[in-house]
Amino acid sequence: MRISVEVNGQRFEEEVEPRLLLSDFIRHRAGLTGTKVGCEQGVCGACTVQLDGEPIRSCLMLAVQASGRAIRTVEGLAPNGELHPLQRAFHEAHALQCGFCTPGFLMSMEAFLREHPEPRREDVREALAGNLCRCTGYLGIIEAVERAAREMRGADVQGG
Amino acid sequence: MKPPPFEYQAPASVEEALPLLGPDSAVLAGGQSLVPLLNLRLARPELVVDLNGIAELDYIHADDGVLRIGAMTRQVALERSELVRERWPLLHKAVRFVGHAQIRTRGTVGGSVAHADPAAELPVALAALRARFLLRSPRGERVVGAAELFVGPLSTSREPDELLFEIEVPEHPAGAGAGFSEHARTHGDFATAGAAAVVVPGSHAGIALLGAGPVPARAEAAEEALVGGASAREAADLAVRDVEGEHRRALCGELARRAIEEALG
Repeated sequence: MRISVEVNGQRFEEEVEPRLLLSDFIRHRAGLTGTKVGCEQGVCGACTVQLDGEPIRSCLMLAVQASGRAIRTVEGLAPNGELHPLQRAFHEAHALQCGFCTPGFLMSMEAFLREHPEPRREDVREALAGNLCRCTGYLGIIEAVERAAREMRGADVQGG
Repeated sequence: MKPPPFEYQAPASVEEALPLLGPDSAVLAGGQSLVPLLNLRLARPELVVDLNGIAELDYIHADDGVLRIGAMTRQVALERSELVRERWPLLHKAVRFVGHAQIRTRGTVGGSVAHADPAAELPVALAALRARFLLRSPRGERVVGAAELFVGPLSTSREPDELLFEIEVPEHPAGAGAGFSEHARTHGDFATAGAAAVVVPGSHAGIALLGAGPVPARAEAAEEALVGGASAREAADLAVRDVEGEHRRALCGELARRAIEEALG
């Protein structure tokens, strides 16, 4: 089937089999390998991307279903090479070790912070439940999300 | 793993979808259960019928006090609906326990019902609310309750050529409180056990258990006892009377008590 998918603002027109997963489309057709593939059954959250701004598991969607829709991946967080406040906070708070799970966390948390600019710690913990990290023990990740939330609120104030 | 090859159709209307349904086709709603089954190759349908292009199946509205939910309504839409939060609070409480935000973005109410996972929250809440399920096929339309729809784990009385197209939820009785509680190893993981309750002291009770048996089922003896003045503890004990296994019985009983107490406010 012929599909046309927008990924990070760029249009990809491709011929695909219906069984091609969106996660594999992103990695192998769009060539964006920031999105990781972990369990391929919707549990680990490593493949989380945004579909029209909402977080989804890209391993649980067929590429053909994304035709005409807009996908945002971790590469879309830092389009000009300048880190997104969340990425900076992950770096500063040691919220990653091996980094495999990080793109999924970032795409989940970017959507979460847009909806919850002033999250309580328990909300952050609940929001993190859909992404697994086997290295950090999560404390650094919680710290990073709270730090990013503070910074992003500050930026809003400064930016009017 | 990757899905096995299949034919794919994405009809734009219910009318176009119906002739495609049959024993060799699988219905793709939100994909949060079917796609893992395809990836694991536990499901090998010849044809996948994708309902995501059918806009007429995506709605939440109230008619004469009855809530009508189109089968393709996303779980996140149910969660965000002010109408549901105010007038069917049990559904609002239950949907927040479904998977994670990333799952609820795509997952649908109809998909959760039709998949009939015994650990799923929405079928239990809908059973407690005495919801009715509307099925349509080229042969006509029929309406069934939870007891008739859910026949076993991952198994419903939906015929292969039938499409679940609407869930109809009667009004919360005036003055009713709602409670939902569950136990899962981590938030959003599959629940081990749970309970849903909607109660008006002295006049109405709807209680259903999750994980107590093969299907979500109302605990009718407990409902009657509660209306007759039993305490939350007594009703909960009755609700789990026939649950197998000491641990599971204790767990379901405690969760039922919490749900009933939450409903009683």
